[in-house]
Amino acid sequence: MNDLNRAFAEAFGLIGALDAKLVEIVTLSLEVSVAAVAFAAVAGFPLGAALAVGRFRGRGSIIVLLNALMGLPPVVVGLVVYLLLSRAGPLGEFGILFTPAAMVIAQAVLVTPIIAALSRQTIEDAWREYEEQLRSLGAKRLNAAFTLLWDTRFSLITVMLAGFGRAAAEVGAVMIVGGNIDGVTRVMTTAIALETSKGDLPLALGLGIILVGLVIMVNAAANLIREAALRRYG
Amino acid sequence: MELTRRLWSGVLASCMLLAAPGVPGAQRFITVSSTTSTENSGLFRHILPVFKQRTGIEVRVVAQGTGQALDIGKRGDCDVVFVHDKAAELRMVKEGWFVERHDVMYNDFVIVGPKSDPAGIVGMKDAIEALAKIHDTGAPFTSRGDRSGTHAAELRLWKAAGINPTKATGQWYRETGSGMGATLNTASGMNAYTLTDRGTWLSFGNKGELIVALEGDERLFNQYGVMLVNPARHPHVKRGPGLAFIDWILSRDGQKAIAHYKINGQQLFFPNAKTSGR
Repeated sequence: MNDLNRAFAEAFGLIGALDAKLVEIVTLSLEVSVAAVAFAAVAGFPLGAALAVGRFRGRGSIIVLLNALMGLPPVVVGLVVYLLLSRAGPLGEFGILFTPAAMVIAQAVLVTPIIAALSRQTIEDAWREYEEQLRSLGAKRLNAAFTLLWDTRFSLITVMLAGFGRAAAEVGAVMIVGGNIDGVTRVMTTAIALETSKGDLPLALGLGIILVGLVIMVNAAANLIREAALRRYG
Repeated sequence: MELTRRLWSGVLASCMLLAAPGVPGAQRFITVSSTTSTENSGLFRHILPVFKQRTGIEVRVVAQGTGQALDIGKRGDCDVVFVHDKAAELRMVKEGWFVERHDVMYNDFVIVGPKSDPAGIVGMKDAIEALAKIHDTGAPFTSRGDRSGTHAAELRLWKAAGINPTKATGQWYRETGSGMGATLNTASGMNAYTLTDRGTWLSFGNKGELIVALEGDERLFNQYGVMLVNPARHPHVKRGPGLAFIDWILSRDGQKAIAHYKINGQQLFFPNAKTSGR
């Protein structure tokens, strides 16, 4: 109990003092995860929409595979991205291992299946509902896919939030490809892992409390946007 | 295929842009692959600002167990390696992975264990005999089990005692497969003995019931060395700034910075570079 109290004290102490180090780590965490979700959305939404309205051989298997990939272990993704970006690997010449860019790539790989799989389900449900209507308007599948992506945009915000939650919470991938370098690639989760290994459990938990608070704030902001948009375009 | 390739090169290009603020051309930096013991003990935070002030070169430290730290160097993903497994370091220099290896500093390992001392080793002076007693009494012992420098040192001690502890793995011998801090957390949680470097121990915050049970045996000597990734194997290695760092840490100035680092008045690392070498 004493440790928990100290953890909360540490958390509020850090927030209250607007600790420069903390601000830097929080900013990098947000930048990396938001960028990863953005890339994952660019790749995942079209993929999800195509799977939702398309009918082709092997579709069922792809959907099963995509759903399974939602459970990709971060440490495995980290290892694969590490081997690709390492100087001894195929993309080594870019020299982006141990940079925020490497962390964005790893998290985007983690999040893309989540966004693709969940948007596929959302859009397919809408497609079932509106298929006849869209067809009677003479819409081709491609047009229908875009229409449905637009129509389900509010649900797709939730899909992106699921992806963001995954990205912001994982430590295994960013630890390997980022290297947890102080001031360069240290994010909330790797900082928590570091403080734990130093045996400073209250500070580690304090950082954890801040991370959870941050995720709640991002979700609240998304909710506000969603509600404002609903009122406007409802 | 063409489309996916273009998409990926686009993604890569945007990532490069994102990386750009961290890698400005004007600001020089090197990447040093080092061990959890130097990072966790706070040594780098103490000495690196001094180096940067002298040279303008930023040092980015990736801290892993010595096994992984050496591997990062062999793959060419860093410029300088700063670890503590002299036998492995010298072997890899011979194999051509690294050049310019030098002794930098030392500290020592200590055996820590619960206050209750179930194996009865407190007060002993001989580390080998103490390990034999831990083995005989079956008192729990946590091992790094991660091919780190500390793990290598521990295995050498067991070998000297004529004991193969891995036969009892999962029983009294427990391999955590993780860093020094995590292993100390585990030892603290299950009141086990473990071998730790003194630096990590002094700065460790979750000691619980653990105390130093044995120290001072000269076999617990822990030598740290520095070396440059061989530019002949990895042409992108920043040879100039890397050598500047090595030169500095071996210089009187660098050695003094190491000696000045103290926690609660206790010196953690003892510089012992042969500065005449360079």
